[in-house]
Amino acid sequence: MSTSSETRTAPPTENAGAAPAPPTVRGTRLTLAGAELGRPSSPVVSGVDLDVAPGEILTVVGSSGCGKSTLLRTLAGLLPPLSGEVTQDGRPLTGPSADRALVFQEDALLPWRTLRANVELPLAIQGLPRSQRRAQAETWLDHVGLADRMQQLPHRVSGGQRQRAQLARALAARPRAVLMDEPFGALDAQTRAGMQDLLVDVLHGTGATVVFVTHDVDEALFLGDRVALLGSGRLTAVRDVPHPRDRSAHDDPARVALRREVLTSLGT
Amino acid sequence: MTRDPRKAPRYPRRAGRFAVRAISLAAALGLWQLLTSQDIDLWLRFSQFPTVTDVAHAFTDRLSGPDYWTDLTDSLTRIITGFLLAAVLGVATGVLVARSRLAEDLLGPVLEVIRPIPAIALVPVAILLFPSNEQGIVFITFTAAYFPVLVSTRHAVRALTPVWEEAVLTMGGGRWRILGSVVLPGALPGIFGGLSVGIGVSWICVISAEMISGQYGVGYRTWQDYTVVNYPGVFVGMVTIGVLGWLTSTAVELLGRRLTRWLPRTSYVPAGRPSAPRPPVPAPPAHVSEAPASKAEEARDEHLV
Repeated sequence: MSTSSETRTAPPTENAGAAPAPPTVRGTRLTLAGAELGRPSSPVVSGVDLDVAPGEILTVVGSSGCGKSTLLRTLAGLLPPLSGEVTQDGRPLTGPSADRALVFQEDALLPWRTLRANVELPLAIQGLPRSQRRAQAETWLDHVGLADRMQQLPHRVSGGQRQRAQLARALAARPRAVLMDEPFGALDAQTRAGMQDLLVDVLHGTGATVVFVTHDVDEALFLGDRVALLGSGRLTAVRDVPHPRDRSAHDDPARVALRREVLTSLGT
Repeated sequence: MTRDPRKAPRYPRRAGRFAVRAISLAAALGLWQLLTSQDIDLWLRFSQFPTVTDVAHAFTDRLSGPDYWTDLTDSLTRIITGFLLAAVLGVATGVLVARSRLAEDLLGPVLEVIRPIPAIALVPVAILLFPSNEQGIVFITFTAAYFPVLVSTRHAVRALTPVWEEAVLTMGGGRWRILGSVVLPGALPGIFGGLSVGIGVSWICVISAEMISGQYGVGYRTWQDYTVVNYPGVFVGMVTIGVLGWLTSTAVELLGRRLTRWLPRTSYVPAGRPSAPRPPVPAPPAHVSEAPASKAEEARDEHLV
């Protein structure tokens, strides 16, 4: 995490009036080479070769239990690879770090902290004084549309608002990579679309590398610059997405063909 | 506050519930007075039993004497010292055993062998170990509360949601940060379960220990009165123990509820009806704009204590 601090720019502007310009951070390159992932008792995915370029959004699709979360936890540094290499900018991962934030599907907010206190936590870990971290947390919460819910406990707000707060918490730490494990999996379709737009909006210009895991093909095609297919214990394909982040391009022939390929590989 | 009479709750709220509690206590005392003053001897024999008024007279006599307050403060000092030690050490070992395999292997067997021994059976150990009776009594009080606190802390720590810890890890948090920001606050509801049990067991053991080996203390005085066949005095002791025990466990309970207010609560109230809608709140000042809304949503705490 110390490697990145000098590359980070100033905190988001603290005047609440203008929407704060997302700070730009240099993205990071995440690479897996011949990696076997999982726990020693139960390897889940083997022979993974994947290169995530700085600043790109890579979506990973696969049916449940195919090792998507394992892949993400490995990239987060929570799970060491069983064999092969997992590197960040050429250096092997040694463990979890604030440089690679993880956003979970389930409620990972601490239930005894208000939304603001949750977003303040990574800033407190980075050693920011109280007034600064409070101001930054409020800016981020404002940015994800939770300005009026900051003092609420997580269980008092909706699932979508909890995920917004998780996003704010992840981004507040100014990570160079954001790893998202089906963050919108538990949300209804309408909220989900709104969250996708918000994610694009918030991530746009931060420059962070994003690995976004989902079982929803349309979500993967909307958000991803590239989409990786995970199935039957290995990485089956990585494809460029034509017209990423454009919902109106759904009838583009190249996009339709890719969608069909993804669905076929998922066995649906 | 005006209420629509049709919407008035059938079961009275706070004040009413306190009244019911007071009446229940008064009824128990009345029954006691009735049975003893009439010298009722059915199968249970109440003729030898002191009446409520006897006990009340003995109580007022005691209150004016110096010994009562010495006994009271002695017992309270013993239990508070023992209980606080048990709380601190119980939480510490509970966390240690739950989080470290080495600690579990080193401490687990010893603790599990000592745990089934009733604290009061440790009186001989206390007499051998400690230079003074006083320390022995505190030791026994400590042992009584220590194991409930230890066991509930251990369970609470093991039951923590793993993603909380993973989240803090991926924020760059270390071991101490996880302890302070995840483990201790997350285990607090369970820890207070153990503290509530512990304070009750502590009272049982401090009184028993005083009866066996004390000098001064409510338990010692109660036993003294028994040996000189002063039954009203015995009952004064019992009432004192009851009230002190009630007060201390209430204090633990209230502190616990205060510290775990974040726990999600159901708005369902058994055998209750929804409270009458509150009158509209006058336009709130700007700086507390969100407070009224959140309070209206908040489920009411239906436990008096």
